[in-house]
Amino acid sequence: MSEKKPERREFLFTASYAVGAVGVGAVVWPLIDQMNPDASVKALASTEVDVSSVKPGNTITVLWRGKPVFIRRRTKDEITEARSVKMEDLIHPEKDEDRAKNPEWLVMLGVCTHLGCVPLNDKGDYDGWFCPCHGSHYDTSGRIRKGPAPLNMEVPKYEFVNANTIKIG
Amino acid sequence: MKNIFKLFSIIVLFCFTTAQSNSAEKVDYLKTDWSFKGLFGKFDRGSLQRGYQVYTEVCASCHSMKYLSYRNLGEKGGPEFSEAETKAIAASFEVTDGPNADGEMFLRPAKLSDKFVMPYENVKAAQAANGGAYPPDMSVLVKARGGGVDYIYSLLQGYEEAPSGMALDDGVYYNKYMYGNKIKMAAPLSDGLIEYGDGTKATVEQMSKDVTTFLMWAAEPHLEARHQMGFKAIIYLIILTILVYFSMKKIWSRVESEV
Amino acid sequence: MSDHDYTPSSKVGKWFNDRLPLLTLANHLTDYPTPKNLNYWWTFGGILTFCLITQIVTGLTLAMHYIAHADMAFESVEHIMRDVNYGWLIRYIHANGASMFFLAVYIHIFRSLFYGSYKSPREIIWIIGIIIYLLMMAAAFMGYVLPWGQMSFWGATVITNLFSAIPLVGEGIVTWLWGGYSVDNPTLTRFFTLHYLIPFLILGLVVLHIWALHVPGNNNPVGIDIKKPSKDTVPFHPYIVIKDGFALLMFMIVFAFFVFYSPNILGHADNYIEANPMVTPAHIVPEWYLLPFYAILRSVPDKLLGVVAMLSAILILAVLPWLDTSKIRSAVFRPLYKQFYWILVADVLILGYMGAMPAEGLYLLIARVATAYYFLHFLIILPVLGFKEKTLPIPLSITESVLGGSPNLATVKNKESLEK
Repeated sequence: MSEKKPERREFLFTASYAVGAVGVGAVVWPLIDQMNPDASVKALASTEVDVSSVKPGNTITVLWRGKPVFIRRRTKDEITEARSVKMEDLIHPEKDEDRAKNPEWLVMLGVCTHLGCVPLNDKGDYDGWFCPCHGSHYDTSGRIRKGPAPLNMEVPKYEFVNANTIKIG
Repeated sequence: MKNIFKLFSIIVLFCFTTAQSNSAEKVDYLKTDWSFKGLFGKFDRGSLQRGYQVYTEVCASCHSMKYLSYRNLGEKGGPEFSEAETKAIAASFEVTDGPNADGEMFLRPAKLSDKFVMPYENVKAAQAANGGAYPPDMSVLVKARGGGVDYIYSLLQGYEEAPSGMALDDGVYYNKYMYGNKIKMAAPLSDGLIEYGDGTKATVEQMSKDVTTFLMWAAEPHLEARHQMGFKAIIYLIILTILVYFSMKKIWSRVESEV
Repeated sequence: MSDHDYTPSSKVGKWFNDRLPLLTLANHLTDYPTPKNLNYWWTFGGILTFCLITQIVTGLTLAMHYIAHADMAFESVEHIMRDVNYGWLIRYIHANGASMFFLAVYIHIFRSLFYGSYKSPREIIWIIGIIIYLLMMAAAFMGYVLPWGQMSFWGATVITNLFSAIPLVGEGIVTWLWGGYSVDNPTLTRFFTLHYLIPFLILGLVVLHIWALHVPGNNNPVGIDIKKPSKDTVPFHPYIVIKDGFALLMFMIVFAFFVFYSPNILGHADNYIEANPMVTPAHIVPEWYLLPFYAILRSVPDKLLGVVAMLSAILILAVLPWLDTSKIRSAVFRPLYKQFYWILVADVLILGYMGAMPAEGLYLLIARVATAYYFLHFLIILPVLGFKEKTLPIPLSITESVLGGSPNLATVKNKESLEK
């Protein structure tokens, strides 16, 4: 190691490995990335829904990016129930005010955060949703209250285009 | 040899217990003698033909059977209508074909190779016409329900007055064999609803049995061939097993250990 | 072994063999000295080879008719069942073949557990076996997705979502696996590709598995090292070939019974309903062979820990050779281990049953106890047992144990178990 030549040889070997590894990485990446969502899948980014016919206490389900989205027109009681819950009782503390900007309308992905099943409406111990797969209970704000799911049902990006139309995505 | 039988019976026992546990949710369904059960089970041709009549005159107004073709009605192991009858059945339906030379779609009588005509254009249309509930496609319905033929047979006869205290919405009916007891389909059968071509009395029980038999065939059109081949295959395997067993004894007799 | 001094008798054979020693290999395989006391639990290696070949052949023929597209997959399966010549037969063999494959592999694994076949010097055989088992589960899972029924779809959703339990990168991995924002057509096509690939990987590993077996030779019910070839061994052909063949035929009778008389009994009715992303079936249940692990997953209330527990339950098997501290291989000479072995068998069966039941109340409680015991068995009982257990004296050779040359209790008992 004290001599100069072996050191230079070491360096050459290391450099060869490093440059070679970069090349291998450059070839492998396209092969891995091809499995990610393609351009046509990404293009289905947003959808508009007419909610004028939804009565209070009813939920409609629409498909967005292959996943069901629950749009619930909540009753007074449900809103009161959702807003009176103490934060320390929640597994995943989120205020109902933050989840439903317009308290009458709750818009969220109808996908259980445990393993992705579709929870059932008006079921469970908290008057909200119940997942039939592994028994997670959600409240009237779609927040997880009991069961194996770790998080509240996700609220997607959405906006009211006008009083009767919601744009999701 | 004692070992292998012990092993064999353990495997058989295991298979059956798992099979049992998979078909959970035991309900006492109505029982009837199905001719297609058992090692030599075959369909009752008359029942299949009557069942087709029930399907086409009652069920087909709402329920599709999209995987069946008219030719199937004349094929071996099915209702076995004669070729003329099958062609006549097909011709009584109209299908959309085209486009023709002018680029337009047109209607023509169905041929043997055509699939069963669907009552609705698509699922949404079916839902719209039936208060939001989609009448399921009946091609594989028997296999898609836990209780199989016994479930369908019972369901058709399970309409009753709802017990007091059970609120039913409009267009919802009480059925004691339905999961949750609430069904969107009104009782489809009533005594004398149709007139059987062969003079059999069309009671609800008779029609339920016939149409269920027909649905079983629709879901498993090769059931008869399967039963026949199975019997031959198993007999063959047993003979070969016996031969191989004695060959094995012969070969192992040279060794001081035992098989 | 006699391989080294083997020369083909014909000139052509010798010429060929000098260039590619295939004949030497064939000679090794036929002459391979096998313990003469192997019982019928040892025939499942051959049965598993049969299962693999059956699955590959029926799978190739099904792939000629199947269409891997979300809109057409279900219909193409019905096309196979109705219109393709013998399509119903080939599909039912393939579908039930998967169950038969797992039945055989579980017997094979539990045989190893009973007779200590995973112990030195056979650790590599065992670990290759565990990898094969993992690949089998992957292949079976992806195969179940292909008919695109309700259970296919929701099974795929639940299982792929297991990866979302990984912190930080989990969601990204799931999206990558799906090729979209939910299980959909891109998921189906890639699952088909992988389902097609995996059996050939398994085939390659089976070759390694057998190769690794032929280095130390077979374990046997007495669990002692034998000199080979000797009075204790018989050549693989014809002795073991005919015995494996006989057992295989018995197995095929059971197989045939399922295919011809109860082809759908091991499946789930909901899978004859076409996949619908808007509706989850009331009970999502995996195929029976995955139920014990499913029960473990559900018995842990935390998402990440549940996934970790489920994976550990399988991977713990890979380190089993080092967890079992006992020098004695066969449970025949380990009176305490033998009892714990049967408790483990019962425990796994209970877990399987709980996996099929809804995860609530008493079922959940039992599943939790059974899960705890499963890990207790491997992590505490086995290591401690190796030090504490008083084992029975083992015979010097198979012949001694067979002929009852030694008067001790163990060999007499062993002799009984060897008798037919």
